[in-house]
Amino acid sequence: MEYILNEVLIPLSYLLASILFIFGLKQLAHPQTARRGMNLAAAGMLVAIVGTLFHHDIISYDLIIIGLIVGSLIGAAMSIWMPMTAMPQRTALSHAFGALAASLVGVAEYWHALHSGQPIAAYKMTALGFEVLFGSLTVTGSLLAFAKLQELMRGTPVTYKGQNILNVSLFALAAFIFIYLVFDPGQTTLFFIMVGLSFLFGILLVLPIGAADMPVVMSLMNSYAGLAAAATGFAINNKVLIIAGTLDGFSGFILSILMCKAMNRSITNVLFGAFGSPVDDTAVVVQGEMKEIGAEDVAMQLAYARQVVFVPGYGLATAQAQHVVRELGEALEHRGVQVKYAIHPVAGRMPGHMNVLLAEANVPYSDLYELEQINPEMPATDVAVVIGANDVVNPDARDNPKSPIAGMPIIEVDKCHTVIVLKRGRGKGFSGLENPLFYKNNTRMLYGDAKASLTKLAQEVQHA
Amino acid sequence: MNVESIISSLYVFSLAAFLGYQVISKVPPLLHTPLMSATNAISAISVVGAIITAGSESTVSRLLGFIAVTSAMINVVGGFMITDRMLKMFKDKIGGGDSAKKDGSK
Repeated sequence: MEYILNEVLIPLSYLLASILFIFGLKQLAHPQTARRGMNLAAAGMLVAIVGTLFHHDIISYDLIIIGLIVGSLIGAAMSIWMPMTAMPQRTALSHAFGALAASLVGVAEYWHALHSGQPIAAYKMTALGFEVLFGSLTVTGSLLAFAKLQELMRGTPVTYKGQNILNVSLFALAAFIFIYLVFDPGQTTLFFIMVGLSFLFGILLVLPIGAADMPVVMSLMNSYAGLAAAATGFAINNKVLIIAGTLDGFSGFILSILMCKAMNRSITNVLFGAFGSPVDDTAVVVQGEMKEIGAEDVAMQLAYARQVVFVPGYGLATAQAQHVVRELGEALEHRGVQVKYAIHPVAGRMPGHMNVLLAEANVPYSDLYELEQINPEMPATDVAVVIGANDVVNPDARDNPKSPIAGMPIIEVDKCHTVIVLKRGRGKGFSGLENPLFYKNNTRMLYGDAKASLTKLAQEVQHA
Repeated sequence: MNVESIISSLYVFSLAAFLGYQVISKVPPLLHTPLMSATNAISAISVVGAIITAGSESTVSRLLGFIAVTSAMINVVGGFMITDRMLKMFKDKIGGGDSAKKDGSK
């Protein structure tokens, strides 16, 4: 009986969990089946947890049960009270928690193996090493990303002389210790030095990355957290950990590549380029001046347009303006205006950030358009309204090969008849770049808090 | 641990990697945030290892395992719940009246 449970039933529960994860992720690819897919994945997790509770290595249940309950309560509380605008922060925190679990299991496993009297096999040490390396650097890296997103610290990159050299040599040192440990796993001190170094490396890795590059960092951390879980699977010879961890690892990896493509940059450039640090202005000289416009005039133009395209950016999230945008959009639709929303892949602070915000405000997803879909329609669009977006509509990316963002695909709002830019003040955007769009002849600036401006526009449109 | 099980683990890893690539590259940008929080919840599968660690003999392992179970569960429960909250909001057309979609998130 004992044998059947441990060698057959528990592994079968893991197999079932793996199948549920895969089906779940597959269904997550379509908005209509996504919820069902997510429920399948959650069921898979439940099956795996329940199966594990019968494991014969478990001697006492007290700490397990307390941990399960406390963790569930905190998790539930976080997901209920977290506003949608704080989704990037929540995800960053959550990466940190997942990675912490993986690295603690790694440390405990190392400790256990060390005191079991048996020598630790090179294979096991390799898996454990990857586990704590990926795990620890994800913990501190994600926490730092959280601090930047929550604005506990400035979002601008922190750079200093010799930064890359320091990072590379630190990484090399950790890698060297890792290799040494594989051959001599008994060196406990070295093991903990390695853990410490990867904690430090996580911080140093994210420090020079600017807030605008957060979508890439988030995806990378997602990937590392998954890889740490997969390494745990290798270390304790558990296939469901390998499968689930690898799925997550690859999901994050694919997202990082997509994000990099959307900025026309390589991963190394994002990680080591310290993009978003103040650039000297010598490269760009912009002609003309910014032309201001009042809300009444904008409302007139919107009310009598045939097609209006909204282009949201991170500013929409900071101003919490997603609901007012929808109100304005609906008021326009009532007048027969065709309203569309153009979403750049890196708008916001994490992949898909804008889509979630607009969905929260009840904008149907059939009104959301991707870059490639909306750009051909731009010349036929009467008014484009840019809300707190900057780099993703910067024509320099297309026209000026010397620009730091050259080659980045943009939403070509400058091809519309009129562009209205909602902006808090006259300053530059996050990247510190001049945006020639603001100086174009068909561009008008509407200054002020995005939420206040949009509320006013919605009222004016209703009375127009 | 014998060589055979190491090799079979590597098989599983490689196949999962291919599968992950195939499945996930089909997810549209619209769903990237829910995808990330769902996969993140799934990666908290290390809870399985954490449970065994927390139930073991040595005090050190038990304590480390306890913290690991707690933080993994924050991830599992929080991740799935917030993914659900997000997915609930995605609607095709308001009210769903004119579009005859068979299975909406209504």
